[in-house]
Amino acid sequence: MPEPSSQAAPLSDTEVLEEFAQREYKEGFVTDVETDSAPPGLNEETIAFISAKKQEPEWLLEWRLKAYRQWLTMEDPTAQKASQRWAMVQYPEIDYQAISYFSAPKKALNSLDEVDPEILETYNKLGIPLQEQMMLAGVAVDAVFDSVSVATTFKDKLAELGIIFCSFTEAVHNHPDLVQKYLGSVVPTNDNYFAALNCAVFTDGSFVYIPPGVRCPMELSTYFRINAANTGQFERTLVVADEGAYVSYLEGCTAPMRDENQLHAAVVELVALGDAQIKYSTIQNWYPGNAEGVGGIYNFVTKRGACRGDRSKISWTQVETGSAITWKYPSCILQGDDSVGEFYSVAVTSGKQQADTGTKMIHLGKNTKSTIISKGISAVEGQNTYRGAVQIMKKATDSRNFTQCDSMLIGDQCGAHTFPYITVRNASSTVEHEASTSKIGEDQIFYCNQRGLSTEDAVSMIVNGFCKEVLAELPMEFAVEATKLLGISLEGSVG
Amino acid sequence: MLKISNLHASVEDTQILKGINLDVAAGEVHAIMGPNGSGKSTLAQVLAGHEAYEVTEGSVSYEDKDLLEMSPEDRAREGLFLAFQYPVEIPGVNTAYFLRTGLNEILKARGQEEMDAIDFLQLIREKLKLVEMDESFLKRSVNEGFSGGEKKRHEVLQMAVLEPRLAVLDETDSGLDIDALKVVAEGVNQLRAPNRSTVIVTHYQRLLDYIVPDYVHVLIHGRIVRSGGKELALKLEEQGYDWIREEVAEQTVGA
Repeated sequence: MPEPSSQAAPLSDTEVLEEFAQREYKEGFVTDVETDSAPPGLNEETIAFISAKKQEPEWLLEWRLKAYRQWLTMEDPTAQKASQRWAMVQYPEIDYQAISYFSAPKKALNSLDEVDPEILETYNKLGIPLQEQMMLAGVAVDAVFDSVSVATTFKDKLAELGIIFCSFTEAVHNHPDLVQKYLGSVVPTNDNYFAALNCAVFTDGSFVYIPPGVRCPMELSTYFRINAANTGQFERTLVVADEGAYVSYLEGCTAPMRDENQLHAAVVELVALGDAQIKYSTIQNWYPGNAEGVGGIYNFVTKRGACRGDRSKISWTQVETGSAITWKYPSCILQGDDSVGEFYSVAVTSGKQQADTGTKMIHLGKNTKSTIISKGISAVEGQNTYRGAVQIMKKATDSRNFTQCDSMLIGDQCGAHTFPYITVRNASSTVEHEASTSKIGEDQIFYCNQRGLSTEDAVSMIVNGFCKEVLAELPMEFAVEATKLLGISLEGSVG
Repeated sequence: MLKISNLHASVEDTQILKGINLDVAAGEVHAIMGPNGSGKSTLAQVLAGHEAYEVTEGSVSYEDKDLLEMSPEDRAREGLFLAFQYPVEIPGVNTAYFLRTGLNEILKARGQEEMDAIDFLQLIREKLKLVEMDESFLKRSVNEGFSGGEKKRHEVLQMAVLEPRLAVLDETDSGLDIDALKVVAEGVNQLRAPNRSTVIVTHYQRLLDYIVPDYVHVLIHGRIVRSGGKELALKLEEQGYDWIREEVAEQTVGA
């Protein structure tokens, strides 16, 4: 049940527009670029303020405003009645005027002593080095610590190869042509409510460009981790692999990160030109809220990749263990002939967590191929939904899809749901779908106990076995962390 | 080694064990026989600590410790091993990894050094010969897709690796052909030692042709109604359980 909002009944679109038009220049609102934050609320001036703060070119401001105007005409899915929603998630209506869309960086803590001991305990269980812990927890650290210099070394090496890897803001300033060419080319500004909101108000994110024929020699991860602590709630990522290029990109982090923003609406766009390959791996472990589910992050993300050239390949791998609500469908548009899309996912919902996640594979080119492996784990009162669409269009002859959706239940209060949508518009293509639901049995745990394993280790082992095919897709160091994380996420959910 | 006194246990409010008394000394092999539903498997599960069974009365001491106070994993770490009647499948978990993890928990509890993958491989290769299993078996998921015979051999393999001080075999002979039965028996016999004890729960006498017990106990309606030597097993094989049931009934009426 949505909680009653303190606001009056939601305004209709016209009312919103009218109110917006009539709104006076509010007291306390300043467009002065010297100021570091905007008061809560969203209107065209907020957007102009953000754009001005970031010294953006005119075209980008126009692009943002276009997205904002589209957003105003769209229906907020959180304001819909539960019965009208297509997603299996429940949450109170979000008050967008109560959010501050641009604020100065959070005040750094002075030491780890100020950090929630529970978070520190998790860091220790994950074996995260002390300095990284401080960074993740938002403790002010000496500017010259090791990782920063390592990051600089990385950057030099990448630059030698012509690889661009920088914050989105830097990219706008230093590579405006590339940004303008690809921004919004995979996820249009009016794609969905949260993507439109992101387009209007995003503050930063990451930009990657791999030049033709270049194979990025390292996982783009260590560096990212350092930046990760500062990414905002409306994050924007754009990865472009030019002809024949290859890149493996790691997003997120196993450690739960400190964040006061409840709503996260990120957009990730991937573009693979001919013969290019992009491997995008995510570990998401935002705060899931307390045992009653209060205070957790709403993770409403739009992720999509375009296999634009022939023989290109995009592979999404995700391990989702955090957030109160996860709502994301990393998708592939297989435009080029012989292009390949893959989606490997583990989603864990424990406590009161809800996840509605899956993928879309849109086959447009001939002889295109997609693979979907989804593992959903629900424990305690968690609700886990796989929602996937496979569309094989008329011209996508001789195309193939294989989908496997497995759900695991721990306890009897949780739920698992599977909604596959399959459309095939030609006769030469094949689609396979397999699904299973299993329950971690007391007997499995007892069997492990009888061989000397504690219940926690047993659950971790059983769950990792269940997720094996997906974990195998993660880069080595990430896989090790993900394995530990799965165990920790389910601690206390059994027995 | 093991002393069971007046043990009562129930599952979902149904009383299954109604006062078991049993002493097992170090080095001994005891066979517990009985018809279906007599409580044999319940006894095995209670000893291993399955939480579905509630002990309502009585005590069990194992090496002078209160066994019933210990968690299932602590019992395992202290050297109690249960060969399951129905070994459980764990998809995606590599058999070798599973077994090494268990072994290391037990070694840790004994204060011994844990075994790395290379040493473990050497150990397991030897033990595989014992149960006549191929090495490729280690790469499969725990019990997944195993035939009935492979599952039972796997139980014996685990027992051979973990070297328990008290092994409880729950109907390890059921569903085995004669060759597999011999392999399983050989595995158990190899482990016989003055400091180790074995409790064999079985419905049929035939396993006892290969593993010769020191004592045979007959369990009926949750109580041990007869104890004797190997000859008792042979008599049961010949005459079935009815004569014991009748004798027990007479005693009950007479009492």
